[in-house]
Amino acid sequence: MNKPFAITLDPGSSLANHTGSWRTERPVYVDRLPPCNSQCPAGEDIQGWLFHAESGNYEKAWQHLTRDNPFPAIMGRVCYHSCENVCNRGQLDAPVGINSVERFLGDEAIRRAWKLVPPAAETGKHVLIVGAGPSGMSAAYHLRRFGHRVTVYEAGPLLGGMMRFGIPKYRLPRDVLDAEMQRVVDMGVEVVLNTKVDNILDTMQTGKFDAAFLAVGAHIAKRAFIPSGEVSKVVDAISVLRSMEGENKPMLGRRVIVYGGGNTAIDVARTAKRMGAEPIIVYRRTRDKMPAHDFEIEEALQEGVMIRWLSTIKQAGDTNITIEKMELDASGFPQPTGEFETLEADSVVLALGQDVDLSLLEGVPGLEVSDGVVKVDANMMTGQPGVFAGGDMVPTERNITIGVGHGKKAARNIDAWLRGATYVAPPKHQVATFDKLNTWYYADAPKTVRPMLDIIRRQSTFDEVQGGLDESTALFEARRCLSCGNCFECDNCYGVCPDNAVIKLGPGKRFEFNYDYCKGCGMCVAECPCGAINMVPENN
Amino acid sequence: MLKQMEGSHAVAQAVALCRPEIICAYPISPQTHIVEGIGEMVKAGEIVNCEFINVESEFAAMSVAIGSSATGARTYTATASQGLLFMVEAVYNASGLGLPIVMTVANRAIGAPINIWNDHSDSISQRDSGWIQLFAETNQEALDLHIQAFKLAEELSLPVMICMDGFILTHAYERVDIPTQEQVDAFLPPYEPRQVLDTHAPVSIGAMVGPEAFTEVRYLAHEKQMQALELIPKMAEEFMAIFGRDSGGLVRPYRTEDAETIVIAMGSLLGTIKDTVDEMRDAGVKIGVLGITSFRPFPLDAVRQAIKHAKRVVVLEKTFAVGIGGILATDVRTAFFGIQMNAYTVIAGLGGRPITKTALHELFEKAGRDDLIPLTFLDLDWNVVNKQLARERQKRRSGPAAENILRDVSSTAAHIS
Amino acid sequence: MSFQPVKFYQTGTFTVGNRLLAPQERSVQANMERTNSLNSGHRACQGCGEALGARYAIDAAMHATDNQLIAANATGCLEVFSTPYPETSWQIPWMHSLFGNAPAVATGIAAAIKIKRQKGLKDDVRVVAQGGDGGTTDIGFGCLSGMFERNDDVLYICYDNGGYMNTGVQRSSATPPAARTATTMPVGPQPGNVFGQGKFMPAIAMAHEIPYVATATVADLRDLEHKVKKAMTFRGARYIHILVPCPLGWGSASQDTIKLSRLAKETGMFPVFEAEYGELTNSSKIRRLLPVEEYLRPQKRFAHLFGKSPAVATIARLQALADKNIRKYEMLDKEAN
Repeated sequence: MNKPFAITLDPGSSLANHTGSWRTERPVYVDRLPPCNSQCPAGEDIQGWLFHAESGNYEKAWQHLTRDNPFPAIMGRVCYHSCENVCNRGQLDAPVGINSVERFLGDEAIRRAWKLVPPAAETGKHVLIVGAGPSGMSAAYHLRRFGHRVTVYEAGPLLGGMMRFGIPKYRLPRDVLDAEMQRVVDMGVEVVLNTKVDNILDTMQTGKFDAAFLAVGAHIAKRAFIPSGEVSKVVDAISVLRSMEGENKPMLGRRVIVYGGGNTAIDVARTAKRMGAEPIIVYRRTRDKMPAHDFEIEEALQEGVMIRWLSTIKQAGDTNITIEKMELDASGFPQPTGEFETLEADSVVLALGQDVDLSLLEGVPGLEVSDGVVKVDANMMTGQPGVFAGGDMVPTERNITIGVGHGKKAARNIDAWLRGATYVAPPKHQVATFDKLNTWYYADAPKTVRPMLDIIRRQSTFDEVQGGLDESTALFEARRCLSCGNCFECDNCYGVCPDNAVIKLGPGKRFEFNYDYCKGCGMCVAECPCGAINMVPENN
Repeated sequence: MLKQMEGSHAVAQAVALCRPEIICAYPISPQTHIVEGIGEMVKAGEIVNCEFINVESEFAAMSVAIGSSATGARTYTATASQGLLFMVEAVYNASGLGLPIVMTVANRAIGAPINIWNDHSDSISQRDSGWIQLFAETNQEALDLHIQAFKLAEELSLPVMICMDGFILTHAYERVDIPTQEQVDAFLPPYEPRQVLDTHAPVSIGAMVGPEAFTEVRYLAHEKQMQALELIPKMAEEFMAIFGRDSGGLVRPYRTEDAETIVIAMGSLLGTIKDTVDEMRDAGVKIGVLGITSFRPFPLDAVRQAIKHAKRVVVLEKTFAVGIGGILATDVRTAFFGIQMNAYTVIAGLGGRPITKTALHELFEKAGRDDLIPLTFLDLDWNVVNKQLARERQKRRSGPAAENILRDVSSTAAHIS
Repeated sequence: MSFQPVKFYQTGTFTVGNRLLAPQERSVQANMERTNSLNSGHRACQGCGEALGARYAIDAAMHATDNQLIAANATGCLEVFSTPYPETSWQIPWMHSLFGNAPAVATGIAAAIKIKRQKGLKDDVRVVAQGGDGGTTDIGFGCLSGMFERNDDVLYICYDNGGYMNTGVQRSSATPPAARTATTMPVGPQPGNVFGQGKFMPAIAMAHEIPYVATATVADLRDLEHKVKKAMTFRGARYIHILVPCPLGWGSASQDTIKLSRLAKETGMFPVFEAEYGELTNSSKIRRLLPVEEYLRPQKRFAHLFGKSPAVATIARLQALADKNIRKYEMLDKEAN
């Protein structure tokens, strides 16, 4: 075509005009730390495994999850999921049901018999782990992944520690626990049951261990002095829960008084209810001050557990107890009122907290013990080189997820120590806070509620109270994830750029800016749903 | 085939023979019979593969033409007078974009005062629009020029305006020779656009051009019209070869060989002038006529060749540039470069005022005596003019001139009131 | 609680694309092979809504026509910033003639295509005409009405930024009341553009009873693409009116272009709907109803309403206009509310 001069132009010739020179600020892609990941005591990449679950690839999601935590089926039942408390979606409608998806993945894995992968090569190092609870078994798993030989010494007859002896089966069915424990064992972890380590250094020497991780649970109940008669039946909660695992079920009678306000108090009261008793929890403060998680209190109340708030036990008699009413002072502490009441009681169960049996550490030089726990450095090592400790043994809040996290952290540090190095955690990204998001783009999608067991069955059986999600609901729930701070390839930046200055690199490869044409309008930043783009000033 | 028919219908037939693809028009007298004729032929299926579009204005008509022409369709429209002015923006645009649209202008005066009768003010107002402008002397020539126009337009990728006198030609029944389809097909090849909106070879047509290239664009438009100066006579020869008729060309000299006085004019007026010249020649007066067919591009050389031996030139034009006088005359004078000659401008036939042989005889005789003033208004009623001027001198706000004059011209006034 | 349908893609359907969507369900703009009909290097201002809207619409039209598309463009920002010699940003056959004649030029193109098809052209080439609000509601109004009335096979797209931005932000008949422009300054007893004037072209288009009329904003890409594609399923005259914020003329931040489009709809200031043969067939429901202030405040053209003594009465009048839109175009979901 002999085109007229100047009037008629060839298509797309404006590419010669590099409008990027107009720019005073440039957008850059960033990754921010999602609040859930930041919060997770076990250091799970929650967003990462949800990402795989969103596309229905549950096995990949499970594999991604178990990089950090080998017990999703357990976690999906007993973790207090503080991740959900910080979930940005909570400010939109309701937090993503991370815990329920985790459980779904864990149950899928058991159902489909997915295996953890044994190490490709052995290091030849041998690590002793004391205690087959969450912390110990987590460390065992991670150390095996590193290729170390692992031997676990457990004082009890079964694996699981507090997961077995502290948590009732209506919350954690034993087949689930067994399956996830066995999977770790199947990686080649050696287990020595019914063997209490009396002296750690002796055991290490005898077994020629290169390092040890101490993860003894808090199995010793704290006592409180309650004036009581000889015939009064006063027992501790942890013993009651432990004996539930054996042949001889505890004899508590009909009228069971549970003294305390923690999760253990709730657990034991609900257990008693299932055994046909009429448990009453006596707690010295109010519901909102109760250390137990509110959902557990709520579930207990639903099941018929009674709670006497603002009450202390003054005396335990043969068939009754005397309680004193309390009132909160200005600073929230309970103060006695001098008002008394008598309650009928066949037994009193004390649920006032637990201590760890530290006897195995006696005589170990360099150790520092205070308030019943062992002091460890930032690398979880005790004052004795090569001896690491975690879980209930060290100063921390105690729960299973924290224990699992300690196991992972200790394993990394032990691995580094065995190599003569020091583990340095990679730097963390800035947390993706809610204000970084453009939540318009997230469709309204309320949380999927897990089905609850029928109330009658909850009161009379140890069937699991909370059900799981089915596949469609788990998928839905996974897809509620906002992917805070990390590109999930929604194509918004690619779409909203008026200058076509965003290059789409293809599935899984995200995007790049074409700074030849980007004018720096900032629309991609404003319209990025998940806050994965940042504007930075141009320097020249 | 010889036929008796109205000029408009002759043009309609010619356009139909050119196998037009898009016809768009808005009605305005005296153009209506042309497009009515074509419209009927399209509707009757006599013109195949042709779309007739009734648009809502002349501006739209030319705009539709721009779109269809740029899409590679042979496009035709017609208008007149106010209609031409209403489409002016698009008229310039069509030529600026180099689109070979053919448009008939049934020449008519421009208001106010509104007037439907013939003069050349409308076409002439578009002399700088970049269109080629060809003026027809007769209905036969009008017919022939339309056939040539498509070929010319498409060869150069420029729009062509065929100017024919409203009513005098458009509404006159004459004998015309309608060519056969075979003849027209032999003369006019299918349209091969120079640029086209094509999904398989996309281009952007109509870019914004700044100072860096605008002059060049303009010069190239001029250069193209200069090419037309060579192409138009060639095309007339080709036309002659196929149709056996001498039609078109740049200029049309008549008895100018030894003429001392040469009258220059355009359009149907040439007929009356030629009759007058014939009579004066019979009386021994050395007078001739030069008809201008191609007003744009203006054939300076051809005019110069035709008049260089004459003593004087009388430019008789149906148009008037208020404030200076002749328009054709000004262009003619440009051809005089280096020649000393008297050139008289005569404004005639405005708004359909009849131009009589009597008046022409008188005019040419005066010219022969060099007794003419440089700017003459043929048959101007000085009585009316002077009365109004007197009135205005007396009273500053003396009312609208047109109505006052109508009142003065009592006979007309009686007809109207 | 009833479950949401399982077909829920992490962020629903609001984002441009989504890795979880099947390819055929993704937007045209999410496609790596999208046409980029309006290519990089154009000279639109930072954050130009019109540049964005034009690429959205034309790419969608290209998609719908299998790349058999020709565009006629009115004079205006879009034309000036896309085709200054010697560079054009258009990758499709495109033509600019004049300010007020784009609909007629498009008629001519469509007519020529019709004839070419009669003569054997295989491609079903479709025609789009486009212009700004000035070129559409003012100077091009006659040609547009003519094109509608003849029901020519043209999709006309108006990119409405509420004024003559190319010439320096003067008022058009699409400028909203109270807005400051260079010819409706915020001075005198009635600051900004007066109330009671202006015209809403989509309603006028509906009055022509053409096959399809729709409005859209650049905030809802999927809706916009859907409407362009739907428009292409009709033969005859079609009209789509797209609200495109202008950072320059509105005095808004360049990154707020989409946000303002969103707010225009969510406040009811701009109704988003579809109509067929003159009857309203669908309206996009407001998701989170907001007062008009939310839309007005970020724009400097309304800054005079929010000075030390806010123009409460004027804001109330604008709110009343929004409320009227909400009623008239059924912008609230009756079931949800």
